Amino acid sequence: MRALTWHGKHNVQVDTVPDPQIVNPRDAIIKITATAICGSDLHLYDSMIPGMSNGDILGHEFMGVVEEVGPANTTLKRGDRVVVPFVIACGKCFFCDHKMPAACDNSNPAEKADASEIAYGYSMPGAFGYSHLTGGYAGGQAEYARVPYSDYGPIKIPDGIEDERVLFLSDIFPTGWMAAENCQIQPGDTVAIWGCGPVGLFAIKSAILQGAGRVIAIDHHPRRLELAKQNGAEVLNYHEVKVREALMEMTAGIGPDSCIDAVGMEAHGFSPDNIVDAIKQETKILGTDRPHVLRETIMAVRKGGTVSVPGVYGGFADKWPIGAFMEKGLTLKTGQTHVQNYLPDLLQLILDGKIDTTDLISHRLPLEQAADGYKNFKENQNEWTKVVLLPH
Amino acid sequence: MINRPREELYAYWRDFSNLPTFMENVKAVVDLGAGRTEWTIAGPGGADVQLTSEITEDIPGEKIAWTSSDGSDVDHEGWIEFKDNAFGRGTETRIFISYDPPAGAVGKVVAKVLQREPRVQARRELRRFKQLMETGEISTSKAPDAAPRGDRHF
Repeated sequence: MRALTWHGKHNVQVDTVPDPQIVNPRDAIIKITATAICGSDLHLYDSMIPGMSNGDILGHEFMGVVEEVGPANTTLKRGDRVVVPFVIACGKCFFCDHKMPAACDNSNPAEKADASEIAYGYSMPGAFGYSHLTGGYAGGQAEYARVPYSDYGPIKIPDGIEDERVLFLSDIFPTGWMAAENCQIQPGDTVAIWGCGPVGLFAIKSAILQGAGRVIAIDHHPRRLELAKQNGAEVLNYHEVKVREALMEMTAGIGPDSCIDAVGMEAHGFSPDNIVDAIKQETKILGTDRPHVLRETIMAVRKGGTVSVPGVYGGFADKWPIGAFMEKGLTLKTGQTHVQNYLPDLLQLILDGKIDTTDLISHRLPLEQAADGYKNFKENQNEWTKVVLLPH
Repeated sequence: MINRPREELYAYWRDFSNLPTFMENVKAVVDLGAGRTEWTIAGPGGADVQLTSEITEDIPGEKIAWTSSDGSDVDHEGWIEFKDNAFGRGTETRIFISYDPPAGAVGKVVAKVLQREPRVQARRELRRFKQLMETGEISTSKAPDAAPRGDRHF
């Protein structure tokens, strides 16, 4: 089959590789009909996340048609249309039992689990098309993918609904939704969201659906700010205003009730702290993330407010404003998305027409043009807001 | 912590012929009766080593301990213990596994393979056992199931 493979920093290409096979009883093989390039794929493209190997198949946001199922899978059958969550979870361990599939104990193979246990103090769950820290599973930017524990994660899609309307159930829609849910929004709350990329846009849509009175979105790309505005947000361009001052002004000196960092480890901008972080990150000498936005959310949120972090971080943050965090009595909520928990309700929102999931798609490309898609998604973020790849 | 009843875990382990399903180096285990089993262990360069194991302690549902008999290629002992978690979170499971090669060339080579990282090895065996008991299968991302992987692996 054809698949997009990783070959180092800023080097991905479509190769011919062997087809995946059923190996475990609960596996399924999915013929992929649509797959997306995610912002967190750019962390791999930029070599910011460790543990990639030459030839790894990328892609964790995908959907398709069931081609074949293992003998222990009683929920799926050939021909079913499914969206596959990016988190691989067994559905049987303590954490899956307690509605925390993104903390699954079992989905990271034993020989890989040690690495993340050393790095993070616990073994990460498996994920498709990502670092070997998350299991080294082949991803979905390919013609076919093997889906482990396929009787637990994937959700069936009714016929007659286009791929594009449901594809983002795989990652960015539940990620944006959980980011908003972590804010514990009370009716009428003001929510400020840093980053109007795909997750930020879904966080805007979700915060409004969850009862926010006001959403303020922060970015510097005009096209992304326009999308945020179309989705009901007031917008701030951080190249034009000082963000914290503007937020204080807009909230009569109180600050937003909650703040969402939908940016993560590769924050842009030329503030002094971010420049220092960028140098350290690029030189790998001190290897810290670039938590500029995280610092800014803590400084901006109102006293007693909540900071929610769906943005991906990989290593260590310094200059953490612990004084402000403690003195203001803040709550910080974060974590990889517990995708499986959200799928039935979010699918229903789509079927009921309560949310448009397609307005952020800027480009639809055949799989063969995936490398071009990565390059532009990275370098032209204003125009390339979301790329969908079509392998068949 | 394994999210299954301790009797079930005990029963699976007590049938030593199940061990090769989750122990990487153990190729086969044959029941010789009376608590004795014969193990075939994958050695370096395709050379297998044999050991005969006998159960030294057997508390149903709680603990199994075993040790290799005289004449085995390697000295080996181990035990596994199962305890109900006081807060209902499943079965607390602890394992001890030791391989101690006798003098001689074969022994030294075996030692290199088996004792390279014994703590890592034991942790992985236990993790695979947990995966199998909780999910019915052992997680893998290896080729050819998942298409070719990169050259470098952890």
